[in-house]
Amino acid sequence: MSPVSTRSPVRTASAVSTRSAVSPAAPAPGRTTLLRRLAPAVLVVAALLTLWQAAVTLTGVRPQVLPSPLRVLEQGWAFRGALWDNALPTIQVTAIGFAVSLTVAWAIAIAVDFSPWLRRALTPLLVASQTLPVMAIAPLLIIWFGFGLLPKVLVIALVTFFPVAVGLIEGFAATDRSATALLRSMGASRLQQFRYVRLPGALPSFFTALRVAITYAVTGAIFAEYVGARAGLGIFMQLQKNQFRTDLVLAAVAVTAVLSIALFGLTYAVQRLVTPWYRGDHR
Amino acid sequence: MKVRVRDLAVSYGDLDVLSGMSLDVAAGELVSIVGPSGCGKSTLFGALAGIAGEDGATVTGTVEVDGGPVRGAPFGLMPQQDLLFPWRTVLDNTTLGLEVAGTSRREARARAQALFEPFGLAGFEQARPGELSGGMRQRAALLRTVVGGREVLLLDEPFGALDALTRTAMQEWLESVRDRYGWTTLLITHDVREAAFLSDRVLVLSPRPATVRREIAVDLPRPRTRAVLTDPRLAAVEAELLDTLRA
Ligand SMILES: Nc1ncnc2c1ncn2[C@@H]1O[C@H](COP(=O)(O)OP(=O)(O)OP(=O)(O)O)[C@@H](O)[C@H]1O
Ligand SMILES: [Mg+2]
Repeated sequence: MSPVSTRSPVRTASAVSTRSAVSPAAPAPGRTTLLRRLAPAVLVVAALLTLWQAAVTLTGVRPQVLPSPLRVLEQGWAFRGALWDNALPTIQVTAIGFAVSLTVAWAIAIAVDFSPWLRRALTPLLVASQTLPVMAIAPLLIIWFGFGLLPKVLVIALVTFFPVAVGLIEGFAATDRSATALLRSMGASRLQQFRYVRLPGALPSFFTALRVAITYAVTGAIFAEYVGARAGLGIFMQLQKNQFRTDLVLAAVAVTAVLSIALFGLTYAVQRLVTPWYRGDHR
Repeated sequence: MKVRVRDLAVSYGDLDVLSGMSLDVAAGELVSIVGPSGCGKSTLFGALAGIAGEDGATVTGTVEVDGGPVRGAPFGLMPQQDLLFPWRTVLDNTTLGLEVAGTSRREARARAQALFEPFGLAGFEQARPGELSGGMRQRAALLRTVVGGREVLLLDEPFGALDALTRTAMQEWLESVRDRYGWTTLLITHDVREAAFLSDRVLVLSPRPATVRREIAVDLPRPRTRAVLTDPRLAAVEAELLDTLRA
């Protein structure tokens, strides 16, 4: 039955709807598609490692200069206890530093969104915070605050809060003007406009910024430890380098990379939970 | 008169968009507004809905509802884009106005739910807006506009983005539900046939700064059915509208 030939106008409309209706339940991506998505990355990494292994074997370069990937793996495994003991403090300091950074970034972004005056006052500071050379600041922080948690948390917050704050501020500001106008025509207060439109609308932009920031967070933590710490992957790398254990330095680097990738993947998982409606970012 | 507008003028800085606009809408009436693109039709709705001022516009003139000054938010605006939010289900999109007004979520949902069947959206309450067809999106946006119980509906080109076939179906559907609920409606359209088919009266606006250039009554029986589409009186109104717009 074509919708045009229907008699009752109401029925006509529902005929249109059933005809062009899309099934509301889209199939969830299964394990096979996840494997297929990861396969190219795994292949490339395997190829690079093979090349590296072959190059080391063929040139006979000394392991102090460049160990083979197999040696890194072997020695990394032999020292797994030490690696783990040092990874834990790094994970801890990353988590705390990042939590502080997120809290500050959200607070500043929301304040700036509500107050044009604060926006004008804080924007130069935000940008300036990003131009501070961490290399120079980190040792100072250690002089001021010692070898405890605080200086490392500060370094991580310093390098990560800017992308998050900017992602949020621009996400809020990118709200469609007509969407805000619609809310105002309903009599919505500024707070309601924020809650119903600006906040959910900014979440995709927030998660993009979060992904950038989280990779900075781990390297920030390593760097802070490198400058001064009692335990952690950063100080572990420093000690091994001083003993010419290039293989163990690289093993720690590998652990760092795995850590970053895991955190990076975690942001996708969280994003799926928080913004199930958003499908623009991952295929 | 349900709505009485006198000498409404809106300007953005040096740009006069509306000047000396006056119009009346009786209760239960549907009045269409046609006019050249950019002449200020959406601006008129913005001024009525009380949101033009916050856009930096200067608004003067009087707007009365039921013979008195505007109190509360009597106008329900359906904007030119449907503006359904992807982060809300279709049902929760339609309850937005009620939630903003402080109605509890449960009651808002119950009230919106009751309209899903007549609006041809039954079964799509939990769908996301992206899963709806264009016609369904427009009906969801209209449902969101009417469920708040606003006294006057302001529909800004509700079917402008639809294909011709769906648009015809939607016009007939709108006529049937309008007849049933007795809404007082102002409707902006670019489609003179749509204006003639749906309206009691059509106001033709001049180019910017807009005023009401001409008012054309559509003397056809209600409710309008498909038979009206071939009525010579409808064709006469259409021709008159086109002539006025081109003059
Ligand atoms: N916020 C604003 N600031 C400045 N000028 C504006 C603003 N909103 C609208 N205008 C101007 O007012 C005029 C009328 O715009 P409006 O959207 O009301 O036209 P319209 O008749 O609805 O057009 P269309 O038929 O294309 O939808 C346009 O020239 C537009 O540029
Ligand atoms: Mg318009």
